[in-house]
Amino acid sequence: MSLYYLQKLLYNLNREPALQARFKADRASVLADYDLTAEELKALTDPDVGLLYVLGVNGQLLMHYAALVGQSWDEYIAAMRAGVKQYGPVRAGIYAMVDE
Amino acid sequence: MPLVFAGIGSHAPGIVNRAERVEEERREAFYDAYRRMGQAIRDAKADVLIVIAAEHFANFFMNNMPAFAMGMADYYEGPIEDEAWMRIARRKIPGNRDLSERLIARVMEETDVSYCEEWKFDHGIMVPLNFLTPDYDFPVIPANINCQGPPLTPLHRAWAFGQALRHAADAVPERVAVVGTGGISHWPATPNSGKINEAWDRDFLARWQKNDKAALLSYTDTDTYRDAGQGGFEIRTFIAIAGLAPEASGEIWHYDAIPPFAVGCTVGALTLKQTIAA
Ligand SMILES: [Fe+2]
Repeated sequence: MSLYYLQKLLYNLNREPALQARFKADRASVLADYDLTAEELKALTDPDVGLLYVLGVNGQLLMHYAALVGQSWDEYIAAMRAGVKQYGPVRAGIYAMVDE
Repeated sequence: MPLVFAGIGSHAPGIVNRAERVEEERREAFYDAYRRMGQAIRDAKADVLIVIAAEHFANFFMNNMPAFAMGMADYYEGPIEDEAWMRIARRKIPGNRDLSERLIARVMEETDVSYCEEWKFDHGIMVPLNFLTPDYDFPVIPANINCQGPPLTPLHRAWAFGQALRHAADAVPERVAVVGTGGISHWPATPNSGKINEAWDRDFLARWQKNDKAALLSYTDTDTYRDAGQGGFEIRTFIAIAGLAPEASGEIWHYDAIPPFAVGCTVGALTLKQTIAA
């Protein structure tokens, strides 16, 4: 679990149009710069926004990643719901604070 | 110069980028309340608008997360979000570096604050400005309270930040307006987006209107998360505004829980006792 670096990547992506361009052209070379688990790499590469949500990525970062990979708002909400259905409740981060 | 305006307002991105999901009459009533606040700021002949926002990992991250931060630049840039997504064109927004520096130095006498010579505005500032100063030509000084990455800024420190900012505003010759932006209860950018606990919101706003310090500071983060979602942590910005003027009561100009906007859409202002002739 390296939620910190997973979120750091998304934070940098959201801030830097040049990194977004690099990411679109060659995802793997950008991902290599971050200390990520196999599951996190898969979630980013697929991309599996639902799994990213379950891994604990904050929505303030995730909604922009969803937009970057071409999801509409409704698709983004649906992806998170599907993720929880498939993988279970959020495992870490702020949304794991209490059980709902 | 004594503080000339203090208000609160919502900032959820849906207010702008999902506008068409709400019938025109309903959304315009909210937008009009926000525009009225912009007019009030201009009528107060403010020289600068400080926006206390709950930043969302646009400028600050867990590698170095300030409890409080203030901008100290001659201009800023926003929105940081994709322009098409945010439906606001990216632009420069004027600041006032010299005034920032004087305010920050004074705030530091009471509260530790990070200063930032670079700041990219996210929806927490761009959405309010979209209605307050739609040409984005009015000088803004951004401020941030950590409402996102625990450990969060304690509520009583948010209140104390408001106090420190008030003392700073009173100490400079410029006319300073301050607006705190955030949500009350909401579950932004999660599967629960659109959920709003209106009863909780109205109870919070009642405390805010009375400027009841003890009641405003009595929330715990565990309770807030349970009842008001992660977005509820943003009450810190409204509490800071209360701390600006403990002698003043508040007035809610607009409240409407609008699920497509994913927040109880709020506009309010403190009734400042000391109004200074321009
Ligand atoms: Fe927010």
